[in-house]
Amino acid sequence: MKLHELTIHEAHRLLLRGETSSAELTQAVLDRILAVDNQVKAYLCLMPEAALDDAQKADEAIAEARREGRLHELHPLIGIPLAIKDVICVQGVPTTCGSHILENFIPPFEATVIEKLRAAQAVFLGKTNTDEFAMGSSTENSAYFTTHNPWDLTRVPGGSSGGSAASVAAGECLGALGSDTGGSVRQPASLCGLVGIKPTYGRVSRYGLVAFASSLDQIGTLGKDVTDAALLLGAIAGYDWRDSTSVNVAVPDYRAPLRPEGSSRPFGSDLLQGLRVGVPQEYFVEGMQPEVEQAVQAAIEQLAALGAEIIELSLLHTEYALPVYYLIAPAEASANLARYDGVKYGYRVPDAVDLDDAYRRTRQFGFGAEVKRRIMLGTYALSAGYYDAYYLRARQVRTLIKRDFDEAFEQVDVIAAPTAPTTAFRIGEKVEDPLQMYLSDIFTLSVNLAGICGLSIPCGFDEAGLPIGLQIMGPAFGEEVVLRAAHAYEQATDWHTRRPEL
Amino acid sequence: MALTLNEVEHIADLARLELTAEEKERFRDQLSTILGHFASLQQPDTSDVPPTATVLPLRNIMRKDEVRPSLSPEDALANAPDASAGCFRVRAILE
Repeated sequence: MKLHELTIHEAHRLLLRGETSSAELTQAVLDRILAVDNQVKAYLCLMPEAALDDAQKADEAIAEARREGRLHELHPLIGIPLAIKDVICVQGVPTTCGSHILENFIPPFEATVIEKLRAAQAVFLGKTNTDEFAMGSSTENSAYFTTHNPWDLTRVPGGSSGGSAASVAAGECLGALGSDTGGSVRQPASLCGLVGIKPTYGRVSRYGLVAFASSLDQIGTLGKDVTDAALLLGAIAGYDWRDSTSVNVAVPDYRAPLRPEGSSRPFGSDLLQGLRVGVPQEYFVEGMQPEVEQAVQAAIEQLAALGAEIIELSLLHTEYALPVYYLIAPAEASANLARYDGVKYGYRVPDAVDLDDAYRRTRQFGFGAEVKRRIMLGTYALSAGYYDAYYLRARQVRTLIKRDFDEAFEQVDVIAAPTAPTTAFRIGEKVEDPLQMYLSDIFTLSVNLAGICGLSIPCGFDEAGLPIGLQIMGPAFGEEVVLRAAHAYEQATDWHTRRPEL
Repeated sequence: MALTLNEVEHIADLARLELTAEEKERFRDQLSTILGHFASLQQPDTSDVPPTATVLPLRNIMRKDEVRPSLSPEDALANAPDASAGCFRVRAILE
């Protein structure tokens, strides 16, 4: 197997055995980027020299640990080349959020997740493409270019973390960070055949994540399998005083539920004995691609074959998730994006006649169509006369959606459903119809509204050879049980071993 | 739920967003369609349902009032389109 095709845990093993070095691994991935990124277009910014420098330092640390006989103490991400969605601040590296308004913005500080990955001595390859300010489901709203799906270059990779997902799927990094406000990690994971986690709200510090919708945003991870997802999540999770929404809950060893000895039972057909899996009828709706429904149903049968008890349930207010989300998220975005005024950072229109004119035209030229649309929608929902009917009502129905999940998790341990209603759609197919684009998030929005955790894992392919994702949702701070269920499923299937041909 | 052009202009004004005539028409159409689709939101009974602003329990976050490292003025101004004498520089707002 080629180095760029390795999972993180496979690469880590080779690094410890001295069978490869981080420099060799990083160079192999950079070569891969050079070979395929002109087709995939995953990266907005590459930093090859800094990456090779990071790799060199990682190799020195590994050599030292080897001499001192403490290889086992090394962090599993040491020397691993990673990609970062361009909404997360890396000090000294342009952070554009896929927007012209931040074209020249260079963060003077480091996001907490980046500090943590640096402490782990991971290698940073560059910043990946995203829909502008993470608003979109395809990367087509990026102000720069559209990322292509490595499984079919005429199709979208999903979004908004489409650059991160495509880079992992194409072997242009070993793992990546994304952000998920309404499905922006899970939906591209599904469309690119990856494991993507949206952690519980408060699990990962958002310090240094450019804000979109503050009651929903969470940083998540993209990787080739469940073990990599657990490694990445473990590296970035934890309380941070700099993010007042981060929660002080101890970070467990997310690999523990994946080990045979971590479970009370040995690996085998009864791996999920005693696990209660809820299947919500509202997530199997008319209009979804039949192959997606079949693959997800087959995956649920597989969970049952592993010993899980399947319990049909109802999440009654699911149909309202779309309007609730598309009122709350734009309302919060309209407030968060008020900061782009051309004063403190970012683009400023050069020929303003006065300050008010500068605000208005800076925002006119700096923002793209979808960002403007959401600012308009959010401002409307918050404006006098409409606040009660839209914003207040959306937050009340959000309570009902959350209660549905609270009640469901009294009966079940995890909930299984599709991640997205279709496989990857064609580039250009939905750009003219914002509502159709919004509908591609229909199965992922509720997890953010309820503040719980969710993961997407490959569960099959459609006739065109495009990946399908199974979504496993867990209660707040229930990442371990979600990972355990996903890992057992992964052990029983081989979807995660397939790679796109490029 | 059809928006009028006046409403679109009012919202754009609140958001300090200049729009072309063509953008105003397009947003009027699109926002009308989107809000029309959201009419279902009025269906569920929300009497006595408190609104959720955050899923976390509401609490004050306090920290000790002590000096910590922070950005230097140079770093804080480094991304400004225009800066002068340690300040962000903008067009005069008073004659």
